[in-house]
Amino acid sequence: MNLLGLYNYWIYLFLLVLGLYTVFAKGNYVKRMIGLGIFQSAVFLLFISMDKVEGGTGPIFRGDPISDAVFANPLPQVLILTAIVVGIAVTALGLAIAVRIREEYGSIEESETRRLDEQA
Amino acid sequence: MTFYDQLPILVVVLPLLVAPLIAVFSGQTKLPWLIATGTSFLTFLIAISLVYRVFSTGEITYLLGNWEVPYGIGLSIGPLSAMMALLISSSSLAGLLTAFNGMDHEVPPPHQPLMYSCWMLAMAGFIGIVVTGDAFNIFVFMEVSSLASYVLIANGPTRQGLTASFKYLVTGTIGATFYLIGVGYLYMMTGTLNIADIAHRLADVSDTMPVLIAGAFLVLGLAMKAALFPMHSWMPNAYQFSPSPVAVFLAACSTKVALYVMIRFQFQVLEPNLGSYVELLNGMLMALAIIAFMAGSLTAIYSENLKRQLGYSSVAQIGYLILGISLGTAAGLNAVVIHMFNHALMKAALFTAVVAIVLRLGSSKIEDLAGVGKQMPLTMLGFALAGLSLIGIPLTAGFISKWYLIQAVLEQGTLGILLTILILVSSLMAVIYIWKVIEVAYFKPAKSSPTSELPREAPMPLLVILWVLVIANFWFGIDPAFVLSLARSETIFLLRMGQ
Repeated sequence: MNLLGLYNYWIYLFLLVLGLYTVFAKGNYVKRMIGLGIFQSAVFLLFISMDKVEGGTGPIFRGDPISDAVFANPLPQVLILTAIVVGIAVTALGLAIAVRIREEYGSIEESETRRLDEQA
Repeated sequence: MTFYDQLPILVVVLPLLVAPLIAVFSGQTKLPWLIATGTSFLTFLIAISLVYRVFSTGEITYLLGNWEVPYGIGLSIGPLSAMMALLISSSSLAGLLTAFNGMDHEVPPPHQPLMYSCWMLAMAGFIGIVVTGDAFNIFVFMEVSSLASYVLIANGPTRQGLTASFKYLVTGTIGATFYLIGVGYLYMMTGTLNIADIAHRLADVSDTMPVLIAGAFLVLGLAMKAALFPMHSWMPNAYQFSPSPVAVFLAACSTKVALYVMIRFQFQVLEPNLGSYVELLNGMLMALAIIAFMAGSLTAIYSENLKRQLGYSSVAQIGYLILGISLGTAAGLNAVVIHMFNHALMKAALFTAVVAIVLRLGSSKIEDLAGVGKQMPLTMLGFALAGLSLIGIPLTAGFISKWYLIQAVLEQGTLGILLTILILVSSLMAVIYIWKVIEVAYFKPAKSSPTSELPREAPMPLLVILWVLVIANFWFGIDPAFVLSLARSETIFLLRMGQ
């Protein structure tokens, strides 16, 4: 087994940790949403990597039973299509809440909103 | 296929279809509420019929689009699923009924219709999670219910509702994504998404590294969703800053749904297939559970706000439930199922009393409760009785839970005795924090404010709901036969599935 050959998985791990770090380390609500987006994309990459079959084509039947015999597993791709939609919904809602927070507090920094709450 | 055969899917589809319908009528004032309540009631009736069907004929399997499992998605409704569907629809009904009086002063009426639309989506998502037999389907329903819950919480009366909702959104999304990673690893190892099928095929590759990692991600993700210590910090915020009727609904069922998924994976998939790592996993869960109920009860004592206090009390109750799961025994599972049911009853009753208090006082700070015992006697009596159930006094549902939990714990020998002591200490702390509320409400003189009129007793509909829930707490404490037989059949069902 070649460690470099599994580079998809290295990228997946890197993105996963990068996303998580951004979510926890940043106090800015929009930056945290960006981190969450990176974190979710990492999982999409995991699923897309696992369905690849060596030498396989895309899972589309083009009428040639011989060259189409080996193809990538379409199921994880379908799952990720769903997960991407879910991810978009989460991002949209998170940003919408960030906009509302900006309207109410005049800031999208967590330290600032916390300070304003403690004052009140 | 008759109409009767379609009931299992209707329990999900009905609220899902009603959600956009409510959005269409968003110009109306009371109609959206009426539709939502009616739908909850219908779902409640269907859930009752499902419980009876599961009891009489055993597990219900329903194939979506008639595609054979595991190629298609199948619903698989065991005893616990049916009970959870019943709990979710009834707590939604209770929450909506309290919203009749308790919503207008917390959420401006023009915002309410779309909120009820999200309420229906949340209910559909929760029920979807418990009835489906497909691991990826659970993820999708989890996100449907969570997204809707974020909206419900963000509608809270103060601006902190927004930050609380954002915090929940971040934690919830990370939890759900961890769950998805776990499902991904299981899919890599088994090539299937149907939970029963995963359990079956995993036997060939059990005790391998990917299965271990899958288990770690699954349990961690679900623990975040279930607000297990130390991933609990979103929950007290979410309960405190959400509109009170929403808190009735979410407190009674949202974290329990994640626990349900955890039970299913733990007993059906992980326990039989993790080999030597099971003890490690259970030991970790047990340690977190103990910290959860000790720290949760302790923090509840020092909470200044009633809703926040009940939030921390829920952290403690989640600790009891996880402790039951971590024992990994039939008795532990039995205790968990009983406590899930009873805890929903207690928290629904307590939060209904909170709705009434917030309605009349405009505040849920404990210090503002002074004199409420005289001004709102029926509400406070209901709160006190539900509090007794939370503590676990005999004749209440809470006592049955504690009794079976301690019995399950005592099977563990010396460790069991230590755990029993800890559970009792935590229950004593519950006495303190409930007493703190009672003391202020009954024994502190009311603040004299000649300008404003004194708070009156809560309106009749709220009192009726509160007392129905309080009586249910005693009913299931005196005659627990229904819950016990349900727990027993679920235990047998899950342990058989896991083999």
